[in-house]
Amino acid sequence: MRDLGGHRGRGLAKTIDWKLVICYLLLVLIGWVNIYASVQSAEPSSIFDTSCRSGMQAIWIGTSLVIAVIILFVLSPRIYEGLSLPIYLFVIGLLVAVIFLGVEVKGSRSWFDFGGIRFQPAEISKISTSLMLATVMSQLGYRIGRARDFIITALIILLPMGIIVLQSETGSALVYVGFIFMLYREGLSGWLLFMVGMAILLFILTLTASPFVAILVMAGVGSFCMCLYSGRLKWWFIIGVPLIVLMAFVPSIMTALTEDPESFIASIKPLYILLGALGLALPFALYFAFREMNRFSQLAIGAMIAGTMLVFSADFIFNSVLQDHQRKRIEVLLGMKEDPSGVGYNVNQSKIAIGSGGVFGKGYLNGTQTTFGFVPEQSTDFIFCTIGEEWGFFGCTFVILLYVFLIWRIIKNAERSREAFTRIYGYCVACCIFMHLFINIGMTIGLMPVIGIPLPLISYGGSSLWAFTALIFIFIALDRNERKYF
Amino acid sequence: MKLNRENKLLIGLCTAAGILILKLFSIQIIEDKYKLSAENNTMVYSTIYPTRGIIHDRNGNILVGNRVAYDLMVTPREVSEFDTLALAKVLDVTYEDIKAKMDEYKKNRRKIGYQTVVMFKKLPPETYMKFAEVAYKFPGFRGQARSIREYPFNAGGNLLGYVSEVNARYMEQHPGEYKAGDYAGMTGIEAAREKELRGEKGYNIWLRNSRNRIESRYKDGEEDKEAIPGDDITTTIDAVLQNYGQMLMNNKVGSLVAIEPSTGEILTLVSSPGIDVDMLADFGQHYNEILSNPYKPMFNRAVQAPYPPGSVFKLVNGLIGLEEGVFTPSTMYPCSMGYHFGKNKLGCHAHKSPIDFEESIMMSCNAYYCYVLRAILENPKYECIDDALDKWREYVMSFGFGQKLGSDFPAELGGFIPDSKYYNKYYRKGGWKATTVISLSIGQGEIGCTPIHLANLCATIANRGFYYIPHIVKDSENVEIDPKYKERQYTMVDTTHFPKVVGGMYRAVNSGFGSGGTASIAAVEGLDICGKTGTAQNPHGHDHSVFICFAPKDNPKIAVAAYIENGGFGASYAAPIASLLTEMYLNGEISSDRKALEKRMLDANLMDRVRVKK
Repeated sequence: MRDLGGHRGRGLAKTIDWKLVICYLLLVLIGWVNIYASVQSAEPSSIFDTSCRSGMQAIWIGTSLVIAVIILFVLSPRIYEGLSLPIYLFVIGLLVAVIFLGVEVKGSRSWFDFGGIRFQPAEISKISTSLMLATVMSQLGYRIGRARDFIITALIILLPMGIIVLQSETGSALVYVGFIFMLYREGLSGWLLFMVGMAILLFILTLTASPFVAILVMAGVGSFCMCLYSGRLKWWFIIGVPLIVLMAFVPSIMTALTEDPESFIASIKPLYILLGALGLALPFALYFAFREMNRFSQLAIGAMIAGTMLVFSADFIFNSVLQDHQRKRIEVLLGMKEDPSGVGYNVNQSKIAIGSGGVFGKGYLNGTQTTFGFVPEQSTDFIFCTIGEEWGFFGCTFVILLYVFLIWRIIKNAERSREAFTRIYGYCVACCIFMHLFINIGMTIGLMPVIGIPLPLISYGGSSLWAFTALIFIFIALDRNERKYF
Repeated sequence: MKLNRENKLLIGLCTAAGILILKLFSIQIIEDKYKLSAENNTMVYSTIYPTRGIIHDRNGNILVGNRVAYDLMVTPREVSEFDTLALAKVLDVTYEDIKAKMDEYKKNRRKIGYQTVVMFKKLPPETYMKFAEVAYKFPGFRGQARSIREYPFNAGGNLLGYVSEVNARYMEQHPGEYKAGDYAGMTGIEAAREKELRGEKGYNIWLRNSRNRIESRYKDGEEDKEAIPGDDITTTIDAVLQNYGQMLMNNKVGSLVAIEPSTGEILTLVSSPGIDVDMLADFGQHYNEILSNPYKPMFNRAVQAPYPPGSVFKLVNGLIGLEEGVFTPSTMYPCSMGYHFGKNKLGCHAHKSPIDFEESIMMSCNAYYCYVLRAILENPKYECIDDALDKWREYVMSFGFGQKLGSDFPAELGGFIPDSKYYNKYYRKGGWKATTVISLSIGQGEIGCTPIHLANLCATIANRGFYYIPHIVKDSENVEIDPKYKERQYTMVDTTHFPKVVGGMYRAVNSGFGSGGTASIAAVEGLDICGKTGTAQNPHGHDHSVFICFAPKDNPKIAVAAYIENGGFGASYAAPIASLLTEMYLNGEISSDRKALEKRMLDANLMDRVRVKK
């Protein structure tokens, strides 16, 4: 038997993680039958009819399996580490080229059009970036805590992300944020993760409530962390909590003091009082932080100043940096604007479709919402509506659990591998799938704004399916290479 | 389990999945909101159209009723091979008609799906009966009854108005009230009382399955709504009189308006040429034909055409002069074939001179009113002619001229009465004087009055000084009219001045031929008709013939205004037509000695005289 990639010790069937493969096949199959259901109209046609999307998806699935077989049996898993840089640079080139050479689809230039077959380089960029990250971060002596290494890592992620933003595909770029989980696993400070979360929270609070509320929350959380870290939690409860509660009542006290909108008191905004109080507290906090040489407090104070700046720039970002349709989607998601027939239409129809499925669903091909075309983008971004309507809560839960199993298994396999390259690449794959899963399903049930990214392996579309197939099977191939040691 | 980073991430993964599943649990199992919305999406409402209210005349005759017609519906998906020729024969349409429709359905089959579409509209019951006998041969075809308008009297299309399917603009103007496919009254009474007449639509609710096929009644029809028929309304129109008015105005261009002075109720409102009621029922089919008619039948002259009123307006000027005290009924003015000022002359016809006020009305002397208007405009009470003219205008407007009367008839227009600003703009300030505008005295020049204004003037004089806003709908069981139609509207002229005018109008009609009275032709024995002729000069052709009259002199029952375009003297056409209408209303018939006059009027054809743009 020919040597097909260094699995000398054990047989073919034993080294491949069949559970992952079966999980993959199940998801692809679920996608295919649901695409058929979603394009079903009054005019019944065969699932193989290539004039409709289910037939085309059959072709994509077939080609994907060819890709899978090539990756598993033809290519050696050893080539990726060496090829990752050329591949990475090539894909970056493609990403730049598509801005100039691509066709415009729904306001973004991110697709190449080869005689009707469309292909989105942003999809393979996930693979190339993951390979590049795995290569760089598995180098001997790499330490994420070291500034140089951290900057290189950040650049590898931010470069494709930035270009994709330039293509007006903010949704696809958002997926790259998910790599932060992989970085966390590889030693990134948990506080960084926490701060990213806080930044998102502050941004949302600023937009939905007010900068006043956002800064108040930040002051509360920040002072809590500082007190917790330095073991002065008692003081936080004695001084911090009453102060914050008092500040929280400032706006209502202000309005109670005067009813005349022209008066002097009314001209002072509560926000300025809060900022004044924080400004007064700042020298004291800095004094204690430096006297005790408490690095954490110093950093926390810096983070809070940065947070205040974020709050003030959030308004600017929201109104100037974000594009019109993105702003509207966020407004609808955050409940700032209620318009079920406007921008919120998609989400509302999608929730109706999923909600009408109930516990067991209406049964395969019996969905009324999805077949009447109430839900837009039904076979691509909103495919989960069809699943929700026709298969109900149980169907949805089953699909989500399949994904959880897939991601879980990838992480477990990654952890077990001896080579850092395989582990890091595995985490990258898990992060990508997780981000797609959470954003896509979150969007269809109104947890996330409408961000047009596909549900991995299920949504209709050739380049997405190919990319995820390659992404997953490269990992299976790498994993198989590991397994010969077991 | 160790709480290392791997496990923290796995916990995070499970938490995220848990959030998704919890949210799904909430929208799929806990909340019904989305299930109800989904039902809305899958329920099909089939509309039940209400029958429109019936329009009665003042005596209980039906002016506009309803009858049943059938729409032929087809569900293309259920149609199998059929004998197109046989269907065409039964439906009385051509083979090509059906072929074209079927081809169209085939082309749009994806869009139509399992829906049912209307193939032919408004088939008469006889045709439908023929179809019903053989309907079994044509699966997929069926008839749907709908009520359409029927007109027992020829009461004139402009008065009644037409009903047609609402268009996009109409729906925009009445947000939320109409949907495509609804019908609404567009003109005339149908439009004026659309709110009462239309009724309320009902609906049946059906459920469809995922193949867009109707499956069953929703909750066995529990939630269905019956259509509520429109309210019947009673109009002030006298159907018989209206019909007679239509006949009199046949082949003439102009208007004939009759009002009951004691109530302001419009008895007759004819605009000629009008839309034939036969066309009204199927307005859409005749729309282009009506639009291209050079006589503009859609234009309701009775309430929209601003005409110069001619000598009829002398009554108004006389009353204003009396109220202002610039002359008295016994003031005598000379007339030497007209009124001379400088080198100019406003001509008059031969009659005795000098004459007093009553005689000036009886003989319709032009010179007399030149004196009167000059006295009004040069009244030393006012600083300048501007103030005098504006005061004069105020008086004129108190008769309802120069503004919409406020009747309930839609599309009424206001006409025009000039003020000092108008002349200042035209001649510059100080550049005009009483003689410049002297033609106002005889109702010529820059005055525009609609026939309904003139009828209202007549009713005002008949009432000796007040009028009720003319209106077309009476109180009835379901409809209450605006209280403003029951309020007396007084003019600014004291009621004590009116009897003199009435006297003049009486003498104009009843002085006998040879006396100089201008309207002797309108005299009817025993009716005490009071009238005033007018001949409005028309630079484009024959003069317009104008006449207003009321009868009887005491306790008047009817006030009529007739305006016959290109009719010549007031006494030529307008006076005979108005007096015939009056006679018909009061006596119910035309006396034998006036039969010849009636026949002449009915047969007269003035259409050739009317200049039209072709």
